[in-house]
Amino acid sequence: MNIAAFDQLWVYLSGNPLLSLLMTLVAFAAAVRIKRALGGSSLFHPVTLSVAMLIGLLLLVDMDYATYFEGAQFIHFLLGPATVALAIPLYDHREKVRQLLWPLLLACVVGIVTAVGSTLGLAALMGAQPETLLSLAPRSVTSPIAMGIAEQIGGIPSLAAGLVLLTGSIGCIVAPWIFRVLRIQDTAVQGFTLGLAAHGFGTAHAFARIGAVAGAFSGLAMGLTGLVTAFLLPLLIRLAGLG
Amino acid sequence: MPLIMGMSMLLVCQFVGELVARGLDVPVPGPVIGMVILLAALLVFGKVPDNLRLAGEGLLRYLTLLFVPAGVGLIGHFGLIGADLWPIVVTLVVSTAVTLAVTGRVLEQLNRRRNRRVQL
Repeated sequence: MNIAAFDQLWVYLSGNPLLSLLMTLVAFAAAVRIKRALGGSSLFHPVTLSVAMLIGLLLLVDMDYATYFEGAQFIHFLLGPATVALAIPLYDHREKVRQLLWPLLLACVVGIVTAVGSTLGLAALMGAQPETLLSLAPRSVTSPIAMGIAEQIGGIPSLAAGLVLLTGSIGCIVAPWIFRVLRIQDTAVQGFTLGLAAHGFGTAHAFARIGAVAGAFSGLAMGLTGLVTAFLLPLLIRLAGLG
Repeated sequence: MPLIMGMSMLLVCQFVGELVARGLDVPVPGPVIGMVILLAALLVFGKVPDNLRLAGEGLLRYLTLLFVPAGVGLIGHFGLIGADLWPIVVTLVVSTAVTLAVTGRVLEQLNRRRNRRVQL
Protein backbone atom coordinates (compact mmCIF):
# COMPACT_ATOMS: atom_id res chain seq x y z
CA MET A 1 0.00 0.00 0.00
CA ASN A 2 1.26 3.36 -0.94
CA ILE A 3 0.54 6.24 1.42
CA ALA A 4 0.16 9.45 -0.54
CA ALA A 5 2.46 12.21 0.58
CA PHE A 6 0.71 14.59 2.94
CA ASP A 7 1.30 17.63 0.77
CA GLN A 8 -0.21 15.86 -2.26
CA LEU A 9 -3.27 15.00 -0.18
CA TRP A 10 -3.51 18.61 0.95
CA VAL A 11 -3.26 19.93 -2.61
CA TYR A 12 -6.12 17.65 -3.60
CA LEU A 13 -8.29 18.51 -0.60
CA SER A 14 -7.71 22.26 -0.60
CA GLY A 15 -8.79 22.48 -4.23
CA ASN A 16 -11.99 20.59 -3.46
CA PRO A 17 -15.16 22.53 -2.53
CA LEU A 18 -15.95 19.87 0.08
CA LEU A 19 -13.25 21.16 2.44
CA SER A 20 -14.33 24.79 2.69
CA LEU A 21 -18.01 23.85 2.89
CA LEU A 22 -17.22 21.54 5.79
CA MET A 23 -14.94 24.13 7.43
CA THR A 24 -17.73 26.72 7.35
CA LEU A 25 -20.30 24.41 8.93
CA VAL A 26 -17.90 23.14 11.60
CA ALA A 27 -16.71 26.68 12.45
CA PHE A 28 -20.31 27.85 12.82
CA ALA A 29 -21.29 24.87 14.98
CA ALA A 30 -18.21 25.45 17.16
CA ALA A 31 -19.02 29.18 17.43
CA VAL A 32 -22.57 28.39 18.60
CA ARG A 33 -21.13 26.06 21.28
CA ILE A 34 -18.57 28.64 22.38
CA LYS A 35 -21.21 31.34 22.67
CA ARG A 36 -23.41 29.04 24.73
CA ALA A 37 -20.49 28.14 26.99
CA LEU A 38 -19.79 31.84 27.56
CA GLY A 39 -23.34 32.33 28.80
CA GLY A 40 -24.83 33.75 25.60
CA SER A 41 -23.08 37.12 25.92
CA SER A 42 -23.99 39.34 22.95
CA LEU A 43 -20.33 40.34 22.72
CA PHE A 44 -19.56 37.12 20.86
CA HIS A 45 -22.10 36.50 18.13
CA PRO A 46 -21.71 33.07 16.45
CA VAL A 47 -21.36 34.81 13.08
CA THR A 48 -18.61 37.23 14.12
CA LEU A 49 -16.89 34.43 15.98
CA SER A 50 -17.00 31.93 13.11
CA VAL A 51 -15.93 34.59 10.58
CA ALA A 52 -12.92 35.39 12.80
CA MET A 53 -12.05 31.71 13.18
CA LEU A 54 -12.33 31.07 9.43
CA ILE A 55 -10.23 34.11 8.52
CA GLY A 56 -7.59 32.93 10.99
CA LEU A 57 -7.70 29.44 9.51
CA LEU A 58 -7.44 30.65 5.90
CA LEU A 59 -4.44 32.81 6.81
CA LEU A 60 -2.87 29.89 8.66
CA VAL A 61 -3.17 27.37 5.80
CA ASP A 62 -2.61 30.07 3.17
CA MET A 63 -5.84 29.44 1.25
CA ASP A 64 -7.14 32.36 -0.79
CA TYR A 65 -10.72 33.60 -0.59
CA ALA A 66 -11.61 32.52 -4.15
CA THR A 67 -10.69 28.91 -3.33
CA TYR A 68 -12.58 29.07 -0.04
CA PHE A 69 -15.62 30.55 -1.75
CA GLU A 70 -15.80 27.69 -4.24
CA GLY A 71 -17.12 25.52 -1.43
CA ALA A 72 -18.77 28.21 0.67
CA GLN A 73 -20.84 29.48 -2.27
CA PHE A 74 -23.34 26.68 -1.68
CA ILE A 75 -24.20 28.28 1.65
CA HIS A 76 -23.94 31.79 0.26
CA PHE A 77 -26.38 31.01 -2.55
CA LEU A 78 -29.17 30.38 -0.03
CA LEU A 79 -29.17 34.07 0.95
CA GLY A 80 -31.30 34.84 -2.12
CA PRO A 81 -34.20 32.49 -1.32
CA ALA A 82 -33.83 33.43 2.39
CA THR A 83 -34.39 37.09 1.49
CA VAL A 84 -37.50 36.12 -0.45
CA ALA A 85 -38.63 34.09 2.58
CA LEU A 86 -38.65 37.27 4.74
CA ALA A 87 -42.07 37.83 3.13
CA ILE A 88 -43.46 35.04 5.36
CA PRO A 89 -42.99 36.78 8.77
CA LEU A 90 -44.11 40.04 7.16
CA TYR A 91 -47.30 38.30 6.00
CA ASP A 92 -47.81 36.68 9.42
CA HIS A 93 -47.72 40.10 11.11
CA ARG A 94 -49.84 41.91 8.51
CA GLU A 95 -52.59 42.81 11.04
CA LYS A 96 -50.14 44.50 13.42
CA VAL A 97 -48.53 46.24 10.48
CA ARG A 98 -51.89 47.53 9.27
CA GLN A 99 -52.76 48.90 12.75
CA LEU A 100 -49.49 50.72 13.19
CA LEU A 101 -48.69 51.33 9.54
CA TRP A 102 -48.05 55.07 9.65
CA PRO A 103 -46.06 55.31 12.91
CA LEU A 104 -43.94 52.36 11.80
CA LEU A 105 -43.35 53.67 8.28
CA LEU A 106 -42.50 57.14 9.55
CA ALA A 107 -40.12 55.76 12.21
CA CYS A 108 -38.62 53.49 9.57
CA VAL A 109 -37.93 56.31 7.10
CA VAL A 110 -36.58 58.61 9.85
CA GLY A 111 -34.39 55.76 11.12
CA ILE A 112 -33.02 54.94 7.68
CA VAL A 113 -32.29 58.58 6.83
CA THR A 114 -30.55 58.92 10.22
CA ALA A 115 -28.54 55.74 9.67
CA VAL A 116 -27.46 56.57 6.13
CA GLY A 117 -27.02 60.30 6.77
CA SER A 118 -24.92 59.92 9.93
CA THR A 119 -22.89 57.13 8.33
CA LEU A 120 -22.04 59.04 5.16
CA GLY A 121 -21.56 62.31 7.06
CA LEU A 122 -19.23 60.90 9.71
CA ALA A 123 -17.23 58.71 7.35
CA ALA A 124 -16.80 61.52 4.81
CA LEU A 125 -15.85 63.96 7.59
CA MET A 126 -13.16 61.55 8.76
CA GLY A 127 -11.83 61.16 5.26
CA ALA A 128 -12.88 57.63 4.30
CA GLN A 129 -12.31 56.60 0.69
CA PRO A 130 -15.26 56.45 -1.74
CA GLU A 131 -15.37 52.61 -1.85
CA THR A 132 -15.44 52.48 1.94
CA LEU A 133 -18.14 55.15 2.02
CA LEU A 134 -20.40 53.34 -0.43
CA SER A 135 -19.86 50.01 1.33
CA LEU A 136 -20.72 51.59 4.69
CA ALA A 137 -23.94 53.19 3.46
CA PRO A 138 -26.23 50.12 3.63
CA ARG A 139 -24.72 48.85 6.90
CA SER A 140 -27.91 48.75 8.99
CA VAL A 141 -29.71 46.51 6.50
CA THR A 142 -29.72 42.72 6.68
CA SER A 143 -26.73 41.46 4.65
CA PRO A 144 -28.38 39.78 1.65
CA ILE A 145 -30.11 43.09 0.89
CA ALA A 146 -27.09 45.21 1.91
CA MET A 147 -24.83 43.30 -0.48
CA GLY A 148 -27.28 43.81 -3.33
CA ILE A 149 -27.50 47.52 -2.54
CA ALA A 150 -23.72 47.91 -2.24
CA GLU A 151 -23.32 46.31 -5.64
CA GLN A 152 -25.94 48.65 -7.14
CA ILE A 153 -24.42 51.87 -5.77
CA GLY A 154 -20.78 50.98 -6.46
CA GLY A 155 -19.58 49.73 -3.09
CA ILE A 156 -17.86 46.38 -2.43
CA PRO A 157 -20.46 43.69 -1.56
CA SER A 158 -18.21 41.53 0.62
CA LEU A 159 -16.90 44.56 2.54
CA ALA A 160 -20.50 45.73 3.00
CA ALA A 161 -21.43 42.28 4.37
CA GLY A 162 -18.62 42.42 6.91
CA LEU A 163 -19.57 45.95 8.00
CA VAL A 164 -23.20 44.82 8.35
CA LEU A 165 -22.07 42.05 10.69
CA LEU A 166 -20.03 44.50 12.80
CA THR A 167 -22.98 46.92 12.92
CA GLY A 168 -25.21 44.11 14.19
CA SER A 169 -22.91 43.19 17.06
CA ILE A 170 -22.30 46.83 18.02
CA GLY A 171 -26.06 47.51 17.95
CA CYS A 172 -26.79 44.65 20.35
CA ILE A 173 -24.12 45.89 22.75
CA VAL A 174 -25.14 49.58 22.88
CA ALA A 175 -28.94 49.16 22.60
CA PRO A 176 -29.71 48.21 26.25
CA TRP A 177 -27.70 51.21 27.42
CA ILE A 178 -29.51 53.60 25.05
CA PHE A 179 -32.94 52.27 26.02
CA ARG A 180 -32.06 52.88 29.67
CA VAL A 181 -30.80 56.44 29.08
CA LEU A 182 -33.82 57.43 26.96
CA ARG A 183 -36.22 55.48 29.21
CA ILE A 184 -37.71 53.52 26.31
CA GLN A 185 -39.61 50.72 28.04
CA ASP A 186 -42.22 49.60 25.50
CA THR A 187 -40.99 46.21 24.29
CA ALA A 188 -42.53 46.65 20.82
CA VAL A 189 -40.63 49.94 20.41
CA GLN A 190 -37.41 48.33 21.67
CA GLY A 191 -37.82 45.44 19.25
CA PHE A 192 -38.59 47.60 16.24
CA THR A 193 -35.64 49.87 17.01
CA LEU A 194 -33.27 46.91 17.31
CA GLY A 195 -34.49 45.38 14.05
CA LEU A 196 -34.06 48.68 12.22
CA ALA A 197 -30.59 49.52 13.47
CA ALA A 198 -29.14 46.01 13.91
CA HIS A 199 -31.11 43.84 11.41
CA GLY A 200 -30.97 40.06 12.03
CA PHE A 201 -28.60 40.36 14.98
CA GLY A 202 -31.01 42.79 16.63
CA THR A 203 -33.92 40.46 15.90
CA ALA A 204 -32.15 37.48 17.45
CA HIS A 205 -31.22 39.64 20.43
CA ALA A 206 -34.79 40.92 20.82
CA PHE A 207 -36.22 37.39 20.77
CA ALA A 208 -33.67 36.08 23.27
CA ARG A 209 -33.33 39.02 25.65
CA ILE A 210 -36.56 41.05 25.55
CA GLY A 211 -39.34 38.68 24.48
CA ALA A 212 -41.66 37.45 21.73
CA VAL A 213 -43.38 40.81 21.19
CA ALA A 214 -40.05 42.55 20.72
CA GLY A 215 -38.89 39.71 18.45
CA ALA A 216 -41.92 39.96 16.18
CA PHE A 217 -41.58 43.73 15.83
CA SER A 218 -37.87 43.38 15.31
CA GLY A 219 -38.35 40.90 12.45
CA LEU A 220 -40.88 43.27 10.95
CA ALA A 221 -38.47 46.20 11.23
CA MET A 222 -35.71 44.16 9.61
CA GLY A 223 -37.86 43.28 6.59
CA LEU A 224 -39.33 46.76 6.27
CA THR A 225 -35.95 48.49 6.63
CA GLY A 226 -34.42 46.23 3.99
CA LEU A 227 -37.26 46.91 1.60
CA VAL A 228 -37.44 50.68 2.14
CA THR A 229 -33.65 51.10 2.09
CA ALA A 230 -33.35 49.15 -1.16
CA PHE A 231 -35.65 51.71 -2.79
CA LEU A 232 -34.48 54.80 -0.88
CA LEU A 233 -30.69 54.44 -0.72
CA PRO A 234 -29.88 54.63 -4.45
CA LEU A 235 -31.90 57.88 -4.50
CA LEU A 236 -30.14 59.27 -1.39
CA ILE A 237 -26.75 58.41 -2.89
CA ARG A 238 -27.65 60.21 -6.11
CA LEU A 239 -28.87 63.22 -4.07
CA ALA A 240 -25.61 63.29 -2.14
CA GLY A 241 -23.79 63.31 -5.47
CA LEU A 242 -21.83 60.13 -4.75
CA GLY A 243 -23.33 57.77 -7.34
CA MET B 1 -41.49 16.56 -1.81
CA PRO B 2 -42.87 19.45 0.32
CA LEU B 3 -39.38 20.88 0.83
CA ILE B 4 -38.77 20.79 -2.93
CA MET B 5 -42.09 22.50 -3.67
CA GLY B 6 -41.48 25.18 -1.04
CA MET B 7 -37.93 25.83 -2.22
CA SER B 8 -39.15 26.02 -5.82
CA MET B 9 -41.71 28.67 -4.86
CA LEU B 10 -38.98 30.77 -3.23
CA LEU B 11 -36.68 30.34 -6.23
CA VAL B 12 -39.46 31.20 -8.71
CA CYS B 13 -40.09 34.47 -6.82
CA GLN B 14 -36.37 35.22 -6.79
CA PHE B 15 -36.08 34.39 -10.49
CA VAL B 16 -38.96 36.68 -11.46
CA GLY B 17 -37.47 39.33 -9.14
CA GLU B 18 -34.12 39.08 -10.95
CA LEU B 19 -35.87 39.31 -14.32
CA VAL B 20 -37.74 42.44 -13.24
CA ALA B 21 -34.60 44.03 -11.71
CA ARG B 22 -32.43 43.37 -14.79
CA GLY B 23 -35.16 43.83 -17.38
CA LEU B 24 -36.47 47.15 -16.11
CA ASP B 25 -33.06 48.28 -14.82
CA VAL B 26 -34.46 48.99 -11.33
CA PRO B 27 -31.74 49.79 -8.76
CA VAL B 28 -33.14 47.21 -6.30
CA PRO B 29 -31.67 43.71 -5.68
CA GLY B 30 -33.62 40.90 -7.40
CA PRO B 31 -34.34 38.93 -4.19
CA VAL B 32 -35.92 42.06 -2.63
CA ILE B 33 -38.31 42.33 -5.56
CA GLY B 34 -38.87 38.58 -5.15
CA MET B 35 -39.83 39.22 -1.53
CA VAL B 36 -42.40 41.83 -2.62
CA ILE B 37 -43.77 39.41 -5.23
CA LEU B 38 -44.11 36.65 -2.63
CA LEU B 39 -45.77 39.02 -0.15
CA ALA B 40 -48.27 40.14 -2.80
CA ALA B 41 -48.95 36.51 -3.76
CA LEU B 42 -49.54 35.57 -0.11
CA LEU B 43 -51.93 38.50 0.37
CA VAL B 44 -53.90 37.38 -2.70
CA PHE B 45 -53.79 33.68 -1.80
CA GLY B 46 -54.76 34.40 1.82
CA LYS B 47 -52.51 31.92 3.62
CA VAL B 48 -48.97 30.54 3.71
CA PRO B 49 -48.89 27.06 2.08
CA ASP B 50 -47.38 24.46 4.45
CA ASN B 51 -44.56 23.50 2.11
CA LEU B 52 -43.57 27.15 1.61
CA ARG B 53 -43.54 27.70 5.38
CA LEU B 54 -41.40 24.58 5.82
CA ALA B 55 -38.76 25.75 3.35
CA GLY B 56 -38.92 29.45 4.23
CA GLU B 57 -38.80 29.12 8.00
CA GLY B 58 -36.09 26.49 7.70
CA LEU B 59 -33.94 28.99 5.80
CA LEU B 60 -34.74 31.84 8.18
CA ARG B 61 -33.86 29.71 11.22
CA TYR B 62 -30.31 29.38 9.89
CA LEU B 63 -30.17 32.89 8.44
CA THR B 64 -27.11 33.79 10.52
CA LEU B 65 -25.09 30.87 9.10
CA LEU B 66 -25.73 32.13 5.57
CA PHE B 67 -23.83 35.37 6.35
CA VAL B 68 -20.59 33.57 7.17
CA PRO B 69 -19.11 33.05 3.65
CA ALA B 70 -19.65 36.73 2.80
CA GLY B 71 -18.25 37.82 6.17
CA VAL B 72 -15.06 35.85 5.55
CA GLY B 73 -14.71 38.08 2.46
CA LEU B 74 -13.41 40.74 4.86
CA ILE B 75 -10.10 38.89 4.44
CA GLY B 76 -9.66 40.54 1.05
CA HIS B 77 -10.22 44.05 2.38
CA PHE B 78 -7.68 44.32 5.17
CA GLY B 79 -5.86 46.96 3.13
CA LEU B 80 -8.89 49.19 2.72
CA ILE B 81 -10.00 48.61 6.31
CA GLY B 82 -6.51 49.36 7.61
CA ALA B 83 -6.36 52.61 5.63
CA ASP B 84 -9.82 53.68 6.83
CA LEU B 85 -9.75 52.04 10.26
CA TRP B 86 -10.74 55.04 12.39
CA PRO B 87 -13.44 56.38 10.07
CA ILE B 88 -14.94 52.88 9.97
CA VAL B 89 -14.80 52.23 13.72
CA VAL B 90 -16.09 55.68 14.75
CA THR B 91 -18.82 55.66 12.09
CA LEU B 92 -20.03 52.18 13.04
CA VAL B 93 -20.23 52.89 16.77
CA VAL B 94 -21.52 56.48 16.72
CA SER B 95 -23.93 56.10 13.83
CA THR B 96 -25.40 52.87 15.21
CA ALA B 97 -25.96 54.52 18.59
CA VAL B 98 -27.53 57.62 17.00
CA THR B 99 -29.78 55.49 14.79
CA LEU B 100 -30.99 53.47 17.79
CA ALA B 101 -31.65 56.62 19.82
CA VAL B 102 -33.46 58.56 17.07
CA THR B 103 -35.62 55.63 15.93
CA GLY B 104 -36.56 54.63 19.47
CA ARG B 105 -37.42 58.24 20.36
CA VAL B 106 -39.52 58.87 17.23
CA LEU B 107 -41.51 55.65 17.53
CA GLU B 108 -42.08 56.17 21.25
CA GLN B 109 -43.37 59.71 20.64
CA LEU B 110 -45.63 58.67 17.76
CA ASN B 111 -46.97 55.84 19.88
CA ARG B 112 -47.66 58.11 22.82
CA ARG B 113 -49.36 60.67 20.60
CA ARG B 114 -51.78 58.02 19.41
CA ASN B 115 -52.40 57.65 23.10
CA ARG B 116 -52.62 53.90 23.09
CA ARG B 117 -50.30 51.05 23.69
CA VAL B 118 -49.19 48.75 20.90
CA GLN B 119 -51.73 45.98 20.68
CA LEU B 120 -50.74 42.47 19.87
